[in-house]
Amino acid sequence: MSAAAPNSSAFEYQTADCWEEAIKLRALWGEGAKLIAGGQSLVPMINLRLAMPAALIDLNPIVSSGPWLDQGELVIPAMTRHRAVLDSPLVATHFPMLAKAVGLVGNVRVRNRGTIGGSVSHADPTGEIPCVVLAAGGRIVVQGPSGMRSVPADDFFLTYLTTATDLDEVVTEIRLPVAGDQDGWGFDEVTRRFSDFATVEVAVSARSRASEEIPELRVVLGGVADRPLLLGEDILEPFRRLGADPQAIDEVAQNAANSISPESDVHASADYRRRLTQVLTRRSLAQAVGLG
Amino acid sequence: MKTQIFLTVNGEQHELWVRNDRTLLDALHDDIGLPDVRYGCGEGVCGTCTVLADNEPINACLTFAVQAQDVAIQTLSGLTNASEELHPLQKCFLEHGAAQCGFCTPGMVLTSKVLAQRNPSATRQEIRYELVGNLCRCTGYTKIVDAVEEYFGQVREQASTGGGDR
Repeated sequence: MSAAAPNSSAFEYQTADCWEEAIKLRALWGEGAKLIAGGQSLVPMINLRLAMPAALIDLNPIVSSGPWLDQGELVIPAMTRHRAVLDSPLVATHFPMLAKAVGLVGNVRVRNRGTIGGSVSHADPTGEIPCVVLAAGGRIVVQGPSGMRSVPADDFFLTYLTTATDLDEVVTEIRLPVAGDQDGWGFDEVTRRFSDFATVEVAVSARSRASEEIPELRVVLGGVADRPLLLGEDILEPFRRLGADPQAIDEVAQNAANSISPESDVHASADYRRRLTQVLTRRSLAQAVGLG
Repeated sequence: MKTQIFLTVNGEQHELWVRNDRTLLDALHDDIGLPDVRYGCGEGVCGTCTVLADNEPINACLTFAVQAQDVAIQTLSGLTNASEELHPLQKCFLEHGAAQCGFCTPGMVLTSKVLAQRNPSATRQEIRYELVGNLCRCTGYTKIVDAVEEYFGQVREQASTGGGDR
């Protein structure tokens, strides 16, 4: 008979009451620890044994006081539930694109638990929230042992489920520049079933500029690469040449479809994803510049 | 290693010893013995394990039991306060043939009940939106939405005549 095997739990479970404690626990447990917010993406991975953390650090005791405005930015604490974002009059007024997108996240149970910080940290390339945060030109506030820093969304999403957050850091806030009265937006997606992961999604923000006729456009494609993809100036060039015009929209949509190399999988072929990209880019752009 | 936890389920407190990786669904179905909380997919996309946490629907399969100590949990069997009588919403389900095999019914009923409290004048479209992710493989959903609409009508009527909030 051998010595009794230690009857250990699959993971240690610790709660954090504040960000400082979460950071301390993170340092203590190191690489084996996972932070859990709403858990609506992480727990399926644990249930399927795709993730086997040594410790779970539960952020749920950290109370979120909901979105607020701060010097032209809409500040959304990381632990804000999707439900609170969806119900927030501030979000509806100042960021209707986020209000629309968050209503398409999961189902009512997922929205009741899932958080904006969790979605952003999980960095699913088909997720609605990363796509919108990037299109908005938002920034992500992260906190670590050496203090806080703010990362522009442009530099935040690196590849599949990977962000610019360091191992010892935690996402604490999402900050989005408030949209003005003259600004437009568009968001559209195709899913196999309502509430499912998006096959392809497109988010567009069109910010009017005092000095120029053409709004500043940020067009983001989701579901066609390893991360939400911000289209470059070269792809948006027809707008500079033709102005906000149906012809420019068609050309940008065509450019966008040509610029990507999506993967084929059981849900959609690469060609279908390219075609969806063209159609959804056209629709979202048209809505954003008022030609929809 | 197991952790001692206390869960408040349908108004009763339960003391359990669970492993940290035990889901709320495992604890409710296997440990406490509630057959109305059911395993469907384990990924949060089917709705059969729906329970109410502080009166909001959540996936019991995506919450660990150790996380659920500070909330009041309600399951379908907690709707009727141990009386024999069915909840009016359950009656609507029976009258409309909205329950066939019954596997999805707890999730449908609990989710609809919460929507009825928040917005009893929800449209058919809004009801369908709220029930997204509660999969039914029998009815084709039409009869379920019919039943829920009927119940919403009753709630509105009761509100206008000053009745109770059930």
